[in-house]
Formats: sequence, structure tokens, C-alpha cells
Amino acid sequence: MADKILKELTIKVWRQKNAKAQGKFETYKINDISTGTSFLEMLDILNEELINGGTEPIAFDHDCREGICGMCSLFIDGRAHGPDDDITTCQLHMRKFEDGATITIEPWRAGAFPVIKDLIVDRTAFEKILQAGGYISVNTGGVPDGNAIPISQDDAEEAMDAAACIGCGACVATCKNSSAMLFVSAKVSHLAKLPQGRIEAARRAKSMVAKMDEMGFGNCTNTGACEVECPKGISIANIARLNREFLVAKIKD
Amino acid sequence: MTVLNSKIPAGPLAEKWSNHKAAIKVVSPANKRKLDIIVVGTGLAGGSAAASMAEMGYNVKAFCYQDSGRRAHSIAAQGGINAAKNYQNDNDSVHRLFYDTIKGGDYRAREANVHRLAEVSGDIIDQCVAQGVPFAREYGGTLSNRSFGGVLVSRTFYARGQTGQQLLLGCYASMNRMIGQGKIEMHERNELLDIVIIEGKARGIITRNLVTGEIERHSAHAVVIATGGYGNVFFLSTNAMGCNGGAAWQAYKNGACFANPCYVQIHPTCIPIHGEQQSKLTLMSESLRNDGRVWTPKKKEDAIKLQKGQITANDIAEEDRDFYLERRYPSYGNLVPRDVASRAAKERCDEGFGVNETGKAVYLDFKYSIERLGKDVIEARYGNLFQMYEKITASNPYELPMQIYPAIHYTMGGIWVDYNLMTNVPGLFAIGEANFSDHGANRLGASALMQGLADGYFVLPYTIGDYLADEIQVPRIDVNHQEFIKKEKAVTDRMTRLYNIKGTKSVDSFHKRLGHIMWEYVGMARNEDGLKLAIKEIQTLREDFYKDLRVPGDYDAMNIELEKAGRVEDFIDLGELMARDALDRKESCGGHYREESTTEDGEAKRDDQNFTYVSAWEYQGEGKAPVLNKEELVFENVKLTQRSYK
Repeated sequence: MADKILKELTIKVWRQKNAKAQGKFETYKINDISTGTSFLEMLDILNEELINGGTEPIAFDHDCREGICGMCSLFIDGRAHGPDDDITTCQLHMRKFEDGATITIEPWRAGAFPVIKDLIVDRTAFEKILQAGGYISVNTGGVPDGNAIPISQDDAEEAMDAAACIGCGACVATCKNSSAMLFVSAKVSHLAKLPQGRIEAARRAKSMVAKMDEMGFGNCTNTGACEVECPKGISIANIARLNREFLVAKIKD
Repeated sequence: MTVLNSKIPAGPLAEKWSNHKAAIKVVSPANKRKLDIIVVGTGLAGGSAAASMAEMGYNVKAFCYQDSGRRAHSIAAQGGINAAKNYQNDNDSVHRLFYDTIKGGDYRAREANVHRLAEVSGDIIDQCVAQGVPFAREYGGTLSNRSFGGVLVSRTFYARGQTGQQLLLGCYASMNRMIGQGKIEMHERNELLDIVIIEGKARGIITRNLVTGEIERHSAHAVVIATGGYGNVFFLSTNAMGCNGGAAWQAYKNGACFANPCYVQIHPTCIPIHGEQQSKLTLMSESLRNDGRVWTPKKKEDAIKLQKGQITANDIAEEDRDFYLERRYPSYGNLVPRDVASRAAKERCDEGFGVNETGKAVYLDFKYSIERLGKDVIEARYGNLFQMYEKITASNPYELPMQIYPAIHYTMGGIWVDYNLMTNVPGLFAIGEANFSDHGANRLGASALMQGLADGYFVLPYTIGDYLADEIQVPRIDVNHQEFIKKEKAVTDRMTRLYNIKGTKSVDSFHKRLGHIMWEYVGMARNEDGLKLAIKEIQTLREDFYKDLRVPGDYDAMNIELEKAGRVEDFIDLGELMARDALDRKESCGGHYREESTTEDGEAKRDDQNFTYVSAWEYQGEGKAPVLNKEELVFENVKLTQRSYK
């Protein structure tokens, strides 16, 4: 498809010097952007202009730019990862915007994800939850042959659906309660669907949920917003599974 | 000159690793608790090594520049991981995987290392399954396999198009378990800027905390570099934006030899460049070549119409399509190794048969597979890749063939290591893509994941014990030792120098200039005049960099431009070394293609008489030419032949 040129865009972006400073929106103009340009390349171009003008560039998280590392995290025009479905910000392209548009860019907003600088937030809370139980307790070596335990294709596929989570935090940023239930349930489901992970399923569900609560994430009220904005299409059916796993574990206590 | 001892064990090839394991020293559990190990990088190699060594009882300190260990660029590997399981009963074996890898690497890798890699490959799959990696399965519940380039068997295990992600999440989960138990001290957003050597041994690192800007000292009994490759020297590559050669370069500047820097892999199936302001190239998995057919038009007038956008691929009649890989390489067809496929695409485009507006693209067509297998099957196999392609290009690959072009992807070269994966600096180890040892001059598809995990799960945890067994009397290293103070000052001086240039041009502008020089002269085709010119141009670029760099923002706070400045400073030096190495190696081999050394039909021509060695470059100080050490490669088990995939 032939690319067009967006002659002028207005970029309204959140600027915040550090975690303690007061942040505010700044407005910049940018001209002649090809619709084939990715959104983050547009920010690269804007940053180059800012540097050339002697201003500090906008700090934002990004790395693989292929939609898989989960590092990029922008809230664009009120949507996590911007106005397109099933993508991360780095996969968003400028063809989704009209010439003359004003684009508003904010960091993830959640109590558990404090801003570090500009659009960069601290997602350490996710790490803490995974460290509390998001694994199968197996050391390197001494494990059975890969084909020793057959796993049905359906179970493997369902586990894979849940394991596709990239840990970006869009679910938390989108949820009005800043709940991390989709993130936690994806890991719990992935491992609960596999025979290797069943063994610790109860312990895992309990410790991850306890840590999630401790880290200051809100409760789930079943709005389903997280599922809509998840770049990997993680289903809220996983939340139902997490609730079941958690309930069963608690009853056994 | 440093005398390099590869420490390859004696004895028959198939027994070397077991004999070596039996012969090396072991550290007792009580002593492991007293030993600290630093692991820099948390990809497949670093993550698996950190987790395994922590499980064994060592105290591990892990570092990554990202905000989480899970984001290392191993996550982006799509297609799969090789293992000699022979689950498909297609006569695969350890020896066949060994042979394919040696041949695929164009006979420029060590036999002993590659054989060990093939030996442990099966264990990796078992380990990953035990961790809960959701590999693709058959209806009967067994593991599924696919084929990859350069081989005639199906030995590649995969999890949709996200194999790297799932393997990384597996070892990251193991790391998380060890972090939770206090056996790994994790340092995110923290970047290595120097290595501390005390009395000839690696004893620690100096890092910059990327959130606060503080320079930090960290000590250990051994230091492991697992920071991946240096493909971003070209600016545009399939690497993540933050991937850099900094840690490897600091190892080099502290005395570790840098081996085969000119061996760079150019991946044939990437989305073509769309314009001057692009920051990153996207890979389309090699697995697509299982079911996609590569072609360009036979007639130049068709190509010209395609370039002008007057017709589409579907307007070109069947008989006017040139399936040039199937034509030139009938036995491997679309599954020739990456270096061969990349050069063939470049050849077609250079001849004027490119299919997009820049003339730098060929087709990868799924029409035939869709007709043969149905759209559902293709969607199940590659759905996420097709979606990714459509999001980027706004073109639907189910209806129009994909457009692809080669791009920089992987670096086979890296820090020189011996059989124990230790550099020539005692106590300094290098694993995964960061070392040079297993892929020779070209890496086969689905082998990077295999090597990273082999090094981290099953090789380093054993071999590091051989070194640490002699360190058990050494108390915890004091970070107030004068060498730490000296190195911290050196890092501060270096960063303040970059910050205080106060010139007019951004880091990226220099990086792009370097990328242009590298792609033009040290890219897919190289010759003597071009390489000499490249060295000269890089030297000019360096002078401009130190005169005119502009780093805005605060010095002692998060400063992304300052981070990038340090990385680009290293890339400039690394780029020059790559050109020097390419100039020295007058033969063509694997990904290194010297225009002066080709066969009559344009294939790479090796010169085994003069170049069957590893180039190991040794740093001599700033502004001085490095010294070239040579490790002769000895082949006792395979016969060197001109590689043929015809």
C-alpha cells in the first residue's frame, strides 16, 4: 500500500523530570511524517528535532520493536498501545492517524507502576509477583525425557495462549481499578494447564495472589477492559481459571 | 602476543566432553556458598547460566539494561530450537547435527565445541519441557518438529512463532525462583561499563545505574559476559534497539581476545527498508521458508512495472516467475542456509529484478502452500507472523506474497573462549552469542537458542567449577580495592568526557553514519579497496564524534542519550576492528564474502590452505593497531570440502 505524508501533527506528551517531580503535558509540532513510519520512529524523529534544538528528548521505554519484549508502554489517545487492536506500541503505524491530528501520549497510570521519568514507569511489582511463584520448581538436569509425559494438543495450545503474555502492563494501565488479575492469571493458567505445573498449582495461585495484593494492585470487577487492550489477546477466561485455582487452594487450607 | 590455549581435550571426538567432565575439578556445596559469580545479560545464555549456578549453590549477581530480565532479545527468536532427538525417525543423530553445524559454519568452527553442543542438545529440550515450555504437540501428545535451512531432517522444536519467548520465559522463571530464594541478586536497568581485573583475574565490574545515573562497583570471584552480539554496529538490524557490544568491548579492552569480528550473519527474510528515517528492521522467521517459495520475475520489464507500482505479483504469469533458489539449489531449494539465500537475493536485486519501489525486495510466496494445505493449516503455523507482517506493511500475505530482503541479524564472531568458555583473562567467561565458538562463519537457523541454552544450562555450570575450585580460599572481594577505585574513576572520566563535548549532533546521527559505512563496505559483499576506505571513514567519524557530539539532559540522572553515547563510542571502535578482520581474511567463507574469492558460479570460495584459523585480535591500547593471534583449526573428523547445497 502506498504511503502518504502527514503534513502536520500536534504531539501532546507527558513530561516529568523524575519520580518526585511534578509532571505536565508539553506540546510539540512535527511535520512530514510518512504513514509507513512506526509510531516509535515518529517519536525518534521528534526526539532528533528536540536534541537539535537543544532540548532533552522524551524518555520512553522500548527495545525489540517487534511486539514481543513487552518493554514499550505508551497510553496513546486514551488507549494502551494506541488506536489499533492486538498490537504493542512499537507495532503501531502512523497510517492509523489523520493529517492534522493532535496525539496525546501518557505513561501507564497505576499506583503500582510509579513514573520514573517522562513516559517510563517502574514495573518491578510484576517481577515481585513472578518471583513469588510464577515458576515450576525444577533444577537444571535430572528431568525426564521430553516425550515421557504426553500432553494433549489442546492443553499445550491453551497453555501457549496464556504463556503468550509479554508482561507489558497494558492490562493494569487499562483497568479502572489498576488490577493485575489478567497478568497473574495468564501465568497461573499457563502452568496449571500442563502436567508439570499441576503439582504446585495450589501453592502458586496462593502466593502469587498474596503478592499481587501486597504490591498495591486493585481488585478485579469483571469489566473486561484488560482483555480488550491486551496486545496478545490474553482471554479473561484465564481470570476465571485463576479464581477457581485460588478457591480450591483456599478450601484445602 | 598472547599464546592461546584452546584446552580442547585429547581423545576421540565423541568422548572428549565426558572425559573432560570426569577430569575437571568440582567445588563442594559448602564452598559454593562462599563464591560469588557475576552474570551480565539475562538472555537465554545469561538467564540459564544464572539460574543453574544459583541452583547449584553459588551466589549469583545478574545484570541487564532492560527493566526486566524477561526482555532480553532472545525473546524475539521466532522459529525454533534444534536438538538431535531423532523423534521423527528420520535418521537424525548427534553426529548428523554436529556435521550439519560444522558444514553450515563453512568449516570455521571448532570440532570439539560443536560436537559437545550436539551432545547436550537433547537435554535442553527435556529441561525446557520440565519448566513448562508449551512446545507444539502432535495429536498423540508427543513433541512436534519442523525443518530449518541447511539440513535434511526435521529436528527443530517450536512454540508457534514465539519459541525464543517461551524458552526465555522458562529460564527467566527459573531465575525468578532463585531471586525469590535470595540466591540471585538481580540488578535491572544497570549497564556494564568496565571490568575490574585484580592480579590478572577478573574480580568485578563497574556499572551505571540507568535510573539514578550513579556509577556502581560490584565484585565477584568470576565474571560471565552473556550480552549477545554486536549487530547494531550497522544501526539498522533485527537486534533490539538497546542491544550493544559494550560489555564484549570492555572485555577486549581489558585483555580478552576478540575472535572473528568480521563474521556477521545477514538474514534473508526481513521486511524491506521503507525509508531514510527507519530505526529498526523486522525479521520474518526462517521457518516461513518451509512453506513459502522465494521468487522474482523472469522478465526485467515485469520487475520495472512492479517497482513503479503498475502491477502486483498476482499479475505475473506462472511461467514468468523465477524461483531462483529452487533453480540454483535443487536439493535444498528454499531451505539453503542463510548466507546462501541472502546472497542470492542480493544478486537478483543487483541485476534489476527487485520487486518494490526501492528495487531491494524479493517475494516469499505462500500461494502454493495454501493451495496444497489450505489456509487454516498455514494460519495455524504462521498466523502471528502473518499478522505482524500485515501490521507493518499494510499488505495481506494470504493474498499477496510477502516482500523480503536480507538484513543484519546475528554475529558469529565474539569474545575468544577456550573449551571451558573462559577467555584468555582468568576468571572472565563468555557465553551465548557473546562468544565466538560454535557457529564458525555462518550459523544455522534454530541453533542460536540451542547454543545459548547449552552454554548456560549444561556447559558453563560444569566448567566454571574447574576455575573456582582454586578460588575457594579467596575471601569475598572488597569493592574498595584500589583497582575498583581506579576503574570507577576511569568510567566517570569517560562518561563526563562524552557528556562535556557539548557539540551539535545527536548520538543517532553518528550511529547512522557508522551504519552506512558498515553496510556499504563491511556488509554482504566486501573487497580490499572498500575495507580500506571503511577504516579511513570510521577514523574520520571517530574524530567528528569526539568533536561534535551533543548529549542533552542531566549527567547524574536517567539520561538515555548518555547511555547511547557510550554504546556508539564502542560500536565505532568495534566497526573498525570488523573491517580490519575482514581485510585480513582474504578468503570467502560463510557470511564473510570477499569479492576477490569466489567460484565461477558466484559462490563463496574458501582458502583452506591459508585461512583455516580463528582470528583472535588483541588490544594494544588507544590509537594503537591491535595484534592478530591465530588459533589454527584442526579437523580430525570431517573432511573439508567446498560447501554445496545444489
